[in-house]
Amino acid sequence: METVREWLNALRTGECSARDAVTTALERIRTVDPQLQAVIAIDPERALAQADTIDRQRAGGEDPGPLAGLPIGIKDVICEKDVECTCASQILKGYRPPYDATVITMLRRAGAIPVARLNMDEFAMGSSTDHSAFAITRNPWDTNRIPGGSSGGSAAAVAARMLPCALGSDTGGSIRQPAALCGVTGLKPTYGRVSRYGLVAYASSLDQIGPLALTVEDIALLLPHLAGHDPHDATSANLPVPNYPAALFQDLRGVRLGVPKEYFIAGLDPAVETAVRSALHLFARNGADCVEISLPHTEYAIATYYIIATAEASSNLARYDGIHYGWRAPESTTLDEVYSHTRRRGFGEEVIRRIILGTYVLSSGYYDAYYLKALKVRTLIRQDFTRAFDTVDAIVTPTSPTPAFALGEKLNDPLQMYLSDIFTVSVNLAGIPGLSVPCGFSPDGLPIGLQILAKPFDEMMLLRVGHAWQQLTDFHLRRPPVCATSFSRPTTHA
Amino acid sequence: MITPETVAYLARLARIELNETDLARFVPPLQEILAYVAKLNELDTSQVEPTAHVLPLTNVSRSDDPLPSLSNAAALQSAPCTDEGCFLVPPVIE
Amino acid sequence: MPDFAPVIGLEVHVQLNTATKMFCACPNRFGDPPNTNVCPVCLGLPGALPVPNAAAIEAAVKAALYLNCSVSSFSKFDRKNYFYPDLPKAYQISQYDLPIGTRGSLEIEVSGTTRRIGITRIHLEEDAGKLVHAPGASLVDLNRAGTPLLEIVSAPEIFSPEEAYAYLSSLRLLMLYLGISNCNMEEGSLRCDANISLRPAGSSTLGTKVEIKNLNSFKGVQKALAFEIKRQSSLLATGTPIVQETRLYDAATDKTLSMRSKEEAHDYRYFPDPDLVPMTFSPEYLARLRDNLPETPQHRAQRFVSAFGLSQYDATVLTSDPALASYFEDTIAAGASPKLAANWIANNLLSALHQTSTSIGACKIRPPQLAALINLVETGTLSSTSAKTVVFPAVFEKGIDPNAVVAEMGLAQVSDTTQIDQWVVDAIRANPDVLDSLRKGKVKAVAKLVGSVMQMSRGKANAALVSQRIAAILKDMHGIEISG
Ligand SMILES: [Zn+2]
Repeated sequence: METVREWLNALRTGECSARDAVTTALERIRTVDPQLQAVIAIDPERALAQADTIDRQRAGGEDPGPLAGLPIGIKDVICEKDVECTCASQILKGYRPPYDATVITMLRRAGAIPVARLNMDEFAMGSSTDHSAFAITRNPWDTNRIPGGSSGGSAAAVAARMLPCALGSDTGGSIRQPAALCGVTGLKPTYGRVSRYGLVAYASSLDQIGPLALTVEDIALLLPHLAGHDPHDATSANLPVPNYPAALFQDLRGVRLGVPKEYFIAGLDPAVETAVRSALHLFARNGADCVEISLPHTEYAIATYYIIATAEASSNLARYDGIHYGWRAPESTTLDEVYSHTRRRGFGEEVIRRIILGTYVLSSGYYDAYYLKALKVRTLIRQDFTRAFDTVDAIVTPTSPTPAFALGEKLNDPLQMYLSDIFTVSVNLAGIPGLSVPCGFSPDGLPIGLQILAKPFDEMMLLRVGHAWQQLTDFHLRRPPVCATSFSRPTTHA
Repeated sequence: MITPETVAYLARLARIELNETDLARFVPPLQEILAYVAKLNELDTSQVEPTAHVLPLTNVSRSDDPLPSLSNAAALQSAPCTDEGCFLVPPVIE
Repeated sequence: MPDFAPVIGLEVHVQLNTATKMFCACPNRFGDPPNTNVCPVCLGLPGALPVPNAAAIEAAVKAALYLNCSVSSFSKFDRKNYFYPDLPKAYQISQYDLPIGTRGSLEIEVSGTTRRIGITRIHLEEDAGKLVHAPGASLVDLNRAGTPLLEIVSAPEIFSPEEAYAYLSSLRLLMLYLGISNCNMEEGSLRCDANISLRPAGSSTLGTKVEIKNLNSFKGVQKALAFEIKRQSSLLATGTPIVQETRLYDAATDKTLSMRSKEEAHDYRYFPDPDLVPMTFSPEYLARLRDNLPETPQHRAQRFVSAFGLSQYDATVLTSDPALASYFEDTIAAGASPKLAANWIANNLLSALHQTSTSIGACKIRPPQLAALINLVETGTLSSTSAKTVVFPAVFEKGIDPNAVVAEMGLAQVSDTTQIDQWVVDAIRANPDVLDSLRKGKVKAVAKLVGSVMQMSRGKANAALVSQRIAAILKDMHGIEISG
């Protein structure tokens, strides 16, 4: 049992009960997580209680839902009622939300069982998951390397087969980049496709929740239980949810794939370029029509992104003040100390850096030069994509310019870390959906990701192209050196 | 170029206590990042409308119908300090 | 000492009386135990998202139209960032550069002169929570956090404390007419801050502005401004510059006091709230709202004068509260004569309401009952005295049918001429001295006869008819003419 499809089959046939499924997932976490530290917390009792409810329902002839018994990992940025949610930050230590995020409600209704809270860069700010207040997550393919970020815990847990799937969040590439660096499949849906209610905000106009799993088929199975209109999120789109699994029955013939010339730049790792170029050949050989396109404002995306994201973050993170929930710096006696000590000691340095940057770009006298300017360039970046999609159905690019870098490598060079998001941030600025699928390995054996982009709300196209790709390749099925199913067979009790 | 004084002012606005050592560490990367983002000035955006939202949504609202609130206990369950059903803070000087 | 003229601007916050808060479905209610009308949204919990209340938006647009503002087709919410323990998100959702309404006006009347005061802007925002100061600590209650609030900013076109008072009264009345707020200053549903600067009389340059807060009544606003005018005038007279600052009004001493606390630089870093999408108002929508706006108090008073023949004074009294004006119209609709109804309401009803601290809405005597009472008097069934002293108090207290009171207490007035004539004859017989006095021209002696008849009838005789019959009988039977 590795893929969601396999887990669901075992659960449906009764080969595995929901309790077995949760037990297996917890066992796998216990086996490999000490080497990876992808998991922040587990709550076995709670997960087993939900599993028992599902088993009872099934025994009583009730339908416990299409995902009944499926264990899922949750990035520690999505609220589950009464479960500690820290965003990997000291400042939220002890915070137990009194409510469920809409995606949690939907997943539970479908029968999925959240079993673990997964590590991340603090407040989803980072591309490495070494900006966590609690632990540094390691890449299952090479434990001296980062898993990517900010959803590094989610990607590592899925890659190491601890869990069949996980939720991540993506503000500038935080699902796609770790998926690429860990050799798994990750989807950032169109902005507005999945409710943000209960997702702790980093940059509200860019954030989106999405699934990570081993295969595109798995993503297609999960997406119907995440997508849809939510009256609690004013930015949620009131559009029908297509039958995503139907996308899996279409092949590549007649699909027009755009290849943006601006994405093949100096600094692109040769192994990445080779893998993506050979992917294009394979697409073409299988009936797709590959054409070069231009996204002329690509080089401005990082600057635009870091202005908008930090501006919104400076406001979104102002609420962490040690008063209403979470951690308060001890021995702060005045109100001013409660604020300024709690925030100095409760936030990590990257978070503080972004808050200060965001405060600056919104401050009186600088708003027009930075924030307003960035909103205008955002328009230009969106228009690039709108124009491109006039002539192509999907765009294919590398997900990350390099495979996973070494732990701590960019910790003291924030700008270098920001630049590694070069291929992912435009997608959030434009609000379009993006999928990362494994497309090869570097000479060091590190996974390489291929990013597929489509028009707003055309996740169907991503699933179609991604699934067709996975029918032609097996990169997504290769196991990393640190892998739960490599040393232990799944414990099932019929 | 952003100065240590400006960074100190911003940190104050953001209620983050930064001492001299902190400032020395925070200022150079901020300078570097701001120098980088200045590349946006290469673009003439005088005729460009800003994008505040990517979705063409307007007038999203809800009807004025009450729903149950949280219990007082649930509202305060994660507060560092409470008293008499309220959040407790050091005295606010008016 | 040169003469200084004040320039005043008022910033009024009106809490809307919607059922739920501005951005969440918590009840918008005053007086509940602390932190019980709260949810993830108004607590500012991480991950919670605001969804605006359609009724609050509509109320704001109506208010803008009612205050003659132009309402732009596009409006949006912005975040105003600052730290305070009663502001759980550390930003207030407000409106910055595209408020719902701009450039409106409102009419005030001070000592017989009518002036138009400009309204600079009117926007929608959320209220903060409440801080309760305890020894050594402060307590935060977020029940009020997220209450929909209308901020109405006047132009600096108010030139005296009396005008400020009139502006506030007029604004309050308009909000009551719209029915969008309770406008209760004690409960804080209407709050006011004032800006005032002085300049030499005749000058057109503005002086240094001082902001006054903690104004908890209209009288307080007037007194605080009067104090500031005196304070600033004497400073200016001695050449001392005015410090730009925020001062607090102390109602106990009618003085304003400098806040003295270190004023920190404010930089609210407004930016469009990414959690909320823009609002657009189509011309059709605005036309529909405009067409359905309630009549203004001035129009209503004018109509009461022209349609019902009321005095300007009565019309103004009756329109000073929309509920009262409607009560008056309902009473007429129930068949009462307009002038009598106006008298009864403006005098008897209002004073009874006042004495018992009852609102017109909670008043037990309903318009049909008052109309019935008025008709009993008008048709002569009930004496005006009995109506005022016996029947009205009973109906006011119990909300019962006046006809029932009259029947039960046997108060129906006697207008039967035969009976009255008998009483008159008996009265003349019992008071022989009255005829002598009358023959000597002492016309006032008739009162004794009236009193005697009333005594015999136990107050039930129709007084007008009694006077009439006395005159007739004196003339016919005794040859005494008492009136020309
Ligand atoms: Zn609420």
